[in-house]
Amino acid sequence: MSNIPETGRITRVTIRLVVIQILVFSLLLTLGGRLWYLQIRNGDEYSNQASNNHVQQVVEPAVRGSILDARGVPLADNQTRLVVSASRTELMKMADDGQAVLTRLAEVLDMETKDVTDKVRLCDSKTPQPCWNGSPYQPIPITDEATTQQALQIRERAEDFPGISAEPTAVRRYAAPGDANTAQVLGYLSPVTDEEMKKAEDTESPLLRADQIGRSGLERTYDSQLRGKAGVTRYEVDNLGRVIGKAKSDPAVPGANVVTSIDARLQAIAEKELYKAMKAARKEHDRNTNQNYKADAGAVVVMESKTGRIVSMASNPTYDPNAWVGGISGKDYQRLTGKDSNYPLLNRAIQGQAAPGSIFKVISATAAVNAGYDFDDKYNCSSAFNIGGQVFKNFESKGYGPIDIARALEVSCDTVFYDLAYKQWQKDGGNKPKDKPADHFYKTAHQFGLGEETGIDLPNEVAGRVPDRKWKKDYYEANKDAWCKQAKSKKRDYVTQIARENCAEGMKMRAGDSVNYSIGQGDTLVTPIQMATIYSAISNGGTLYDPSVGKAMVSPDGRHVKEIKPTAHGRLPMRGDTRDKVDKALAGVVTNGSAAWRFGGWPQDKIPMHAKTGTAEVHGKQTTSWFASYTKDYTIVMTISQGGTGSGASGPAVRNIYSALYGVDAKGGIDRKKALLPSPQAKLPKIQKDGTIEAPQIKPPKKTEPVETAPVLAAGERDQRGQRPLVTLDAGRSPVSAPTTATPPLAATGRRDT
Amino acid sequence: MSASNGFSVRRFSPEPGTWGKLTARDSIVRRLDWTLMFSALALSAMGAVLVYSATRNRTELTGGDQYSFLFRHTLNTSIGLTLMVVTIWLGHRTLRGAVPVLYVLSVVLVLAVLSPLGSTLNGAHSWIQLPGGFSLQPSEFTKVTIILVMAMLLAAKVDAGDREHPDHRTVLQSLAIAAVPIAIVLLMPDLGSVMVMAVIVLAVLLASGASNRWIAGILGTGLLGIVLIWQLNILDQYQIDRFAAFANPALDPAGVGYNTNQARIAIGSGQLTGSGLFKGSQTTGQFVPEQQTDFVFTVAGEELGFLGGGLIILLVGVVLWRACRIARGAPELYGTIVAAGVIAWFAFQSFENIGMTLGIMPVTGLPLPFVSYGGTSMFAAWIAIGLLQSIRVQRPISA
Repeated sequence: MSNIPETGRITRVTIRLVVIQILVFSLLLTLGGRLWYLQIRNGDEYSNQASNNHVQQVVEPAVRGSILDARGVPLADNQTRLVVSASRTELMKMADDGQAVLTRLAEVLDMETKDVTDKVRLCDSKTPQPCWNGSPYQPIPITDEATTQQALQIRERAEDFPGISAEPTAVRRYAAPGDANTAQVLGYLSPVTDEEMKKAEDTESPLLRADQIGRSGLERTYDSQLRGKAGVTRYEVDNLGRVIGKAKSDPAVPGANVVTSIDARLQAIAEKELYKAMKAARKEHDRNTNQNYKADAGAVVVMESKTGRIVSMASNPTYDPNAWVGGISGKDYQRLTGKDSNYPLLNRAIQGQAAPGSIFKVISATAAVNAGYDFDDKYNCSSAFNIGGQVFKNFESKGYGPIDIARALEVSCDTVFYDLAYKQWQKDGGNKPKDKPADHFYKTAHQFGLGEETGIDLPNEVAGRVPDRKWKKDYYEANKDAWCKQAKSKKRDYVTQIARENCAEGMKMRAGDSVNYSIGQGDTLVTPIQMATIYSAISNGGTLYDPSVGKAMVSPDGRHVKEIKPTAHGRLPMRGDTRDKVDKALAGVVTNGSAAWRFGGWPQDKIPMHAKTGTAEVHGKQTTSWFASYTKDYTIVMTISQGGTGSGASGPAVRNIYSALYGVDAKGGIDRKKALLPSPQAKLPKIQKDGTIEAPQIKPPKKTEPVETAPVLAAGERDQRGQRPLVTLDAGRSPVSAPTTATPPLAATGRRDT
Repeated sequence: MSASNGFSVRRFSPEPGTWGKLTARDSIVRRLDWTLMFSALALSAMGAVLVYSATRNRTELTGGDQYSFLFRHTLNTSIGLTLMVVTIWLGHRTLRGAVPVLYVLSVVLVLAVLSPLGSTLNGAHSWIQLPGGFSLQPSEFTKVTIILVMAMLLAAKVDAGDREHPDHRTVLQSLAIAAVPIAIVLLMPDLGSVMVMAVIVLAVLLASGASNRWIAGILGTGLLGIVLIWQLNILDQYQIDRFAAFANPALDPAGVGYNTNQARIAIGSGQLTGSGLFKGSQTTGQFVPEQQTDFVFTVAGEELGFLGGGLIILLVGVVLWRACRIARGAPELYGTIVAAGVIAWFAFQSFENIGMTLGIMPVTGLPLPFVSYGGTSMFAAWIAIGLLQSIRVQRPISA
């Protein structure tokens, strides 16, 4: 500055002033830089932190969508219960932390004061259950079974119950309309786990502490659609948690309703007929084991032949799915999954697998044609078949002499198929297999879709197995050590002999294996749903549909209907004329074959019936009964583990289901009015303008013996006894851990694939 | 004593004059540094709005009158302006004669704080409660008197033309004189004020032209003092806590680090333009403690964003820039030293205050000059502006 020399000031001071000036402005620059860093560079992050800081969320769970039958009858819906809950924030504002209010509340609810206060305390590492581990801003449910009287008392004396509310709240209900329990198809819900919440944290649909997750059946497959989106009210709070405003809130979006192809009326009949057939089988004497049949499990599938849609699907033993509502009790859980339970949670229609027996012969017949044999040539149906001294009996029929393949199917002649399979085995090189064996019989089974899931829209379907060369080899590799160890023992019993044989040549496809395989015995495993898919494909001209239960998804307001179209996963490896011949032969089974004695008087001219019976041997157990059948509209496959013969144990039940569908009486007369579903339900139920779905009234079922379910305390019972476990939104209240990982050991026909 | 240095200094006679006198070409009004004035006034005005925003919902502070703090901040500013005018009117040379009296008075006041008259706030025993709900923080005035007394001593021989630079004896004298009130403030303990005073002492010595050895010695003593204070556990736990939180706010976000963390969230969330005045959720939600006083900058950061926060820093910069001009233009060493002391005071205190809200300085209880709510600090700051102005108006007009 010009005035410095004028003042004559010495340079030292001037220099130092400049130093001070530089220091001062570098400090200011530092501040500016830091300000830029916080606000511009990292501003987004701090913005997020700021909004988390003072926004508290109150979650209002979405109403779960209903699962409806094909005509709109709810199979699973929600029931309104009076839930009394307490607002912790309100209680804590009181001088005594709400103690007086809670004491009064306990009195009105007829509960212990301690039980009530325990429920509203917050969980921490030192607090044992019961305690609240949700958000402290969330109303804490005290009870869900308040009576109207109690709710009115609380509401009318609101000044005595500040912070307490009594609101009707939706709770899942499996209504079993017309006795259609449908347990395994519907599945069940259980509270969300911490792990699942964490996993869903960053996804489109984060889970809330109060959420219930579908664990099995349709509840699981369509979980995300059914669940909807929980509503969140965001309150801005200050540093002391006082509400100072309302931030952006999302209203709850109820879940979509799922319309299924199940017909509740027919479902009830299928369940009842299956149960009746099993009970009847238990009265039959089994000559092989010299005791009555155990009939320990069974399944029946009713499918639309032209679409693969499931009209009914029953599995026995069964249970009441309401046992899961509100958290299952430990005792009930034991009853449903324990060793002695016989695993009623399994859906044996898709998770039970067994050797198919003679219903497999349609595959063998197709394989023979594909291998070059003429369907109409004559083949010798001898009474027994001899391979190198080993005698294979003709199990289900006697010797018929030379017959064509159609007749062999009708009378289920084993020896015809033995002979064909043996010849193919020899062509493929016998004990010294060719490099690339044709393996017609095995290839055809794969082409029919065996050995893999059908793709039904239900979880945990099992694949069954085709015991082809590859499987043999893998199986041998996995077991040879055990076999060879057993073979070294000096015992001469059956198991040791088999082990010895397996150890020596288990890797080989032996003649006996191929012969046995051709009539559906041995190591082959199939599920009822696989066989239903195959037989409906024969019915519809060859399309293997993915079976489906879900038919449409209807948005809660009814405006958006998303139909689930049938999809197919393949075609049968059959020429059209072969299909026609097989079709005719299967009709013959009903008119003058192995099922004829069960279908006497059936109006075959009006409703052509096709069927195949099967009786599969299971080592160490009684035979498995199979019955596969179809008309032009429907396919029904039924199986009973340790139930006896196909036609004997399952035939009458299957006939009764058809009779109900078509309105056929015992003498073969058709009463259209009594027919429940003479042709498949094509249309979706009518949806009203307000989004509700019209449902026809279901007549209360006739007074027949109800299907026995696993002995759990069903909702109704618990209501009567007033001991119903609480339905709370609190996942931490330790209902038994979600049983998705519970794997029961192999049941007779059932295996849980996890 | 002023005219004897041989320079032609035109002395202004502060007689109550007519309008014509005031507006004459070389009148005092014309010669005032209006940029400095309006920058400081702008800071005070922004302060009023920010203090209002921070307190309007705090009923426990305002007693229900949401404008209470706005009113009192404006009143404080008016009193401050009056004190500035009085200071200009008296002129710093007149004041120079009264420095010994002012010094003794301020020492008595800080001593009174230590007596039963004083009261404790936030761990520091640095207040005197006055009747009517007012309180006084004498250490603010002490900053002014330390500047004045040291300037008086150090400049005496130089301005008289006896020496080119202050001699060792004078330096020692001035240091001893300054040490008395500093020691008392340290006993309060008001560590923040002690830091400001130490910086003032350093700047005053620098500007006085004292020998480099003194500067080095002061710096060395300062460092040694910090080491000693740390080693000998002289600090109270709350002061150590504050420091720990500055070093690592994530250490205990619910406890010690809470203030700094919330302050940083408030400022960071403001981004470029801020959430809008009175719309800051951190401010409305009262997440930042002491937001009308020490943490007032966070209100600006959140509600006015980078633009508002930057404006405050810019205005502080303008004040300091004008002060630097005055320091260099002062005709006597006395004026230069006083201006340098004020510069050091404002610069360091602003840096410390804003820096702690930004998380680059430890938390101490220092107000942001002109902006923070607080009467004594406001008065002292405006008195300092008055001193700067009177130095400026008394400088010779270039021919």
